[in-house]
Amino acid sequence: MSSNEISHENLPHEQGAHGTAVAESPFADPGLPPHKPRIQDIDERAAKRSERTVALLFTISMLATIGFIASFVIFPVDKIVYVWPIGHVSATNLSLGLTLGVALFCIGAGAVHWARTLMSDTEFADDRHAIEATPEVKAKVMADFADGARESAIGRRPLIRNTMLGAMAMVPLSGIVLLRELGPLPEKKLFHTSWSRGKQLINMNTNEPLRPEDVVVGSLTFAKPEGLEEDDENFNNKIAKDALMIVRIAPQDIKDRRELEWSHQGIVAFSKICTHVGCPISLYEQQTHHVLCPCHQSTFDLSDGARVIFGPAGHPLPQLRIGVNDEGYLEALGDFAEPVGPAFWERG
Amino acid sequence: MKKLSARRRHPLAAVVVLLLALAATGGLYAAFAPASKAQAEESAQSLAIEEGKKLYSVGCASCHGTGGQGTTDGPSLVGVGSAAVDFQVATGRMPAQQPGAQVPQKPVIYTQAQIDQLAAYVASLGPGPVTPTEKQYNPEGADIARGGDLWRTNCAQCHNFTGEGGALTKGKYAPSLENTTPKHIYEAMQTGPQNMPSFPDTTMPEKEKKDIIAYVKSVNGDQTPTPGGFALGGLGPVSEGLFGWIFGLGALVAVAIWVAAHTAKAKKS
Repeated sequence: MSSNEISHENLPHEQGAHGTAVAESPFADPGLPPHKPRIQDIDERAAKRSERTVALLFTISMLATIGFIASFVIFPVDKIVYVWPIGHVSATNLSLGLTLGVALFCIGAGAVHWARTLMSDTEFADDRHAIEATPEVKAKVMADFADGARESAIGRRPLIRNTMLGAMAMVPLSGIVLLRELGPLPEKKLFHTSWSRGKQLINMNTNEPLRPEDVVVGSLTFAKPEGLEEDDENFNNKIAKDALMIVRIAPQDIKDRRELEWSHQGIVAFSKICTHVGCPISLYEQQTHHVLCPCHQSTFDLSDGARVIFGPAGHPLPQLRIGVNDEGYLEALGDFAEPVGPAFWERG
Repeated sequence: MKKLSARRRHPLAAVVVLLLALAATGGLYAAFAPASKAQAEESAQSLAIEEGKKLYSVGCASCHGTGGQGTTDGPSLVGVGSAAVDFQVATGRMPAQQPGAQVPQKPVIYTQAQIDQLAAYVASLGPGPVTPTEKQYNPEGADIARGGDLWRTNCAQCHNFTGEGGALTKGKYAPSLENTTPKHIYEAMQTGPQNMPSFPDTTMPEKEKKDIIAYVKSVNGDQTPTPGGFALGGLGPVSEGLFGWIFGLGALVAVAIWVAAHTAKAKKS
């Protein structure tokens, strides 16, 4: 490649004095390119135009801010207007967003235009100073430190030094102890739910106990344990473990023997909590009997003991053993056999 | 009374008595013998079944079997009821175009009268959910807030919080309910089409179905306001954040590049 093909500005020739340096060292600092004027630097009328443009942008910003305050005052919070192509939107949200957007954009655009057209654009290099301190400064710092050590007598009075180190080492312990206030220990709560022998299955929709004949093949019902009400103080904590998904599968379609044994004439009750990270899982496909978790696509086969057939879940969904009580309602025959929800350290 | 008895020899008395007697007899007859009307209804019904059977033989029998008993290509229709037929055919899903993971919604090819005849025929094969009347599904006056609760418990996992629909396994999906009529939403809950589980009246009473329909129509209707502008599929902060990052930041990057690409120098080089 001959030097003729290299574009003019990539060559350091115009630096004059360094003209010959290229041949000697190809990595030599080419220096700054020569300054070229802008039209605003040459033509005062153009500079005036730029000034007016910047001022106009700042003025628009001011007007938009006034518009923001005005629309805040004018529009009631619940006013809905139709705006093409967005649709039915809140007048407040739209006008506040637009005016604030314009106000901020115009400040930015004005500042950029000002810097590009009117502020000085001459480039110059500002060299870094050396990182190392001068020998005099170093000597002075070391002398000051030695003076301080001698005057505080820290070397001569080890009792003070040691107790001070001890005190400083102990102080962080208070912070560590306070961590205990983050909440009560979980104890055995993760192993148990509210379900126990004889508790009826309450339909979440009607708040009534379920009868076996209510649950038809292909239907999906959600249940909570008897005695748990939605206005209970700890309802959300409880339902997070107790939530139950009830489906009915024709007994001949159930492949898992224990599942059939724990069902009532094909009515099976599984935990609604995914065993991966505990999402509520109830995307039930009634023809395949698959249940899909919306979070990470773990898929369970409800006709085969809720076996994991896809995805990251590590355990099948726990099944609740159910039966029918004297009054003909579905009831639990005990708690879940294993902990519901995601695995944890002590679960094993 | 005296006046009435005084007129008993009036020339028109006999006519009046005769008219009264005729009216009484006719009224009594109509009251005690409704058989002919029922018979007429029954014959209209059997006519509908007859017509429905003809339509069935042409449009449905190749997959569902000549008597609705089902084949390897289509399930049995015995006991699915008229509600299932009305849902499947009036939303264009049936007749299906091709086998696949899920039969999609298509333009409807039957008139409502023909659909009713088909439904009458299929309903005659075995008892099942009956096509709901307007009184059953009209969400007017229903409890929207309660409908929202029920929706989030029973429906939102597949159909999304505002009924926008969502993906299931292996090509199956929960469709959007944006353009689904209250009648079809009711029928879908009643019958559980394709892979959707059913929500029969025994576990979800009629009133709750109405509440759910009222909720869906209030959050996903033509007039539903979206206060913030773009709903972005109603998926919540994840899709909104992604939109903000990609398009918001993307626009800022584009503006910055545009500003830097245009020199302010008088002599362009």
